[in-house]
Amino acid sequence: MIRADEILETIEMIDRENLDIRTITMGISLRDCASESGERSRQKIYDKITRLAGNLVKTAEDIQTEYGIPIINKRISVTPIALIAESSDDSNYAKWARTLDKAAAETGVDFIGGFSALVHKGYSSGDKKLIESIPEALSTTEKVCSSVNIGTTRAGLNMDAVAQMGKIIKETAELTKDRGALGCAKLVVFCNAPEDNPFMAGAFHGVGEPESVINVGISGPGVVQSAIKKVPDGDFGVVAEVIKKSAFKITRIGELVAREASKRLDTKFGIVDLSLAPTPAIGDSVAHILEEMGLEKCGAPGTTAALALLNDAVKKGGAMASSYVGGLSGSFIPVSEDAGMIDAVKCGSLTIEKLEAMTCVCSVGLDMICIPGKTTAESISGIIADEAAIGMVNHKTTAVRVIPAPGTDIGDIVEFGGLLGSGPVMNVNNYNNCFFINRGGRIPAPINSMRN
Amino acid sequence: MKSFITVIGHDTVGIIASIANILADRNVNILDINQTVMGDMFTMIMMVDTEKLSCQFADLSEKLTEYGKDAGLSVRIQREEIFNSMHRI
Repeated sequence: MIRADEILETIEMIDRENLDIRTITMGISLRDCASESGERSRQKIYDKITRLAGNLVKTAEDIQTEYGIPIINKRISVTPIALIAESSDDSNYAKWARTLDKAAAETGVDFIGGFSALVHKGYSSGDKKLIESIPEALSTTEKVCSSVNIGTTRAGLNMDAVAQMGKIIKETAELTKDRGALGCAKLVVFCNAPEDNPFMAGAFHGVGEPESVINVGISGPGVVQSAIKKVPDGDFGVVAEVIKKSAFKITRIGELVAREASKRLDTKFGIVDLSLAPTPAIGDSVAHILEEMGLEKCGAPGTTAALALLNDAVKKGGAMASSYVGGLSGSFIPVSEDAGMIDAVKCGSLTIEKLEAMTCVCSVGLDMICIPGKTTAESISGIIADEAAIGMVNHKTTAVRVIPAPGTDIGDIVEFGGLLGSGPVMNVNNYNNCFFINRGGRIPAPINSMRN
Repeated sequence: MKSFITVIGHDTVGIIASIANILADRNVNILDINQTVMGDMFTMIMMVDTEKLSCQFADLSEKLTEYGKDAGLSVRIQREEIFNSMHRI
């Protein structure tokens, strides 16, 4: 029999500490939708998505009502479109994005991910066309998210793609400048992209995934922060222990929701993504967890160590709570989506360089960072290369989602609204790197046996 | 199917009676009630059987929330599994 204090603890987590399920994401394979005719293929895609995900939103809402746990986002991820579209005679894939957008609107989901290409070792013809279509695709759709994988630990880094993505991000910013360069908030450049990530903007349905699948992303920074607050005198062993316990409880709810959703939708249960995903709401910040450990501001010396402890303890607690863990699984540090990160940037405590260091010990990378509009494509490519190198060498996923909003400069605030929040424009090192970026080719894969 | 109804707020006359009426009207059996009053703060946890519920779960949930709103209380109903999954291995 469940005790009263346990019931009240759960309710307090939901009511006061912003515990929620961040996303239920349905992965859908589109591999059977390829056709020589682009039009025919797009119709098949639309039909398949609306057929399989037609009840996704309703099911999530039912679960939310019955269990009393908020489910914030309902999303769809699909097979990277470059793999499907390249069988067709189309040369511009922006209309494929519009088909995804239409399917997302019809099913009522918040986002659809998978306007993606995997080019870590090189481009196929479809990859090339897809990447060139990204700026138009993101500027003419509402719910479509795009990602490009430019490196893996096994393949190294495709520096031609790194150079190109700097330009694509600039172009996307230009085409969506009337909306704070919002297109860039829906575009991620990955190294070691996971195939089962439920979080946007990087979600896509990998080729090794089943026909359709339910992946769930949890949240709960507020719960972890409250738990640490209760042990003000505890040493790091105690802090790690309370984080693990909180992560366990949060993840158990994720597991319950994932299993229930997959049963009701007659779809395979994929994974629970053990991520601490912040929102701009007060009490839902990863930066505040780090500060709760004893740092005056996120970014102060000790921040990377604090994050390493947090990230590891979340995984340890979460891994015990779910049978299948995957996706990004770690703490997110998206600047614009985290009230504590925003404050730390505004007061000068947190810089891009410190964020880069922090990404060595957490998921997922330089995320939702506004940079001056005048930042060159080469500088952005350099940022991508640095971040991807960290992922490649350390066998982990890293990513870059930066927003060079045209006309903005250091200290300006770019407003996105909703979960995407608002971001202070951060300083970028502007020393010239054009010669480096324009070398092209591939940075070879690292050696695995000597681990220093 | 078991669920828990939780009521939190200032104590007033007739909270349990009102909730019991809502439940009886919808064929929900009360299995257990646990209440505490600390000062004028009232907390009640009620275990109910919603197996033979005569309406949609969402309608019952909405009715309880509505009553809570009118009475200045936080009232919710949640299926048992959420607590079991979080607190029991």
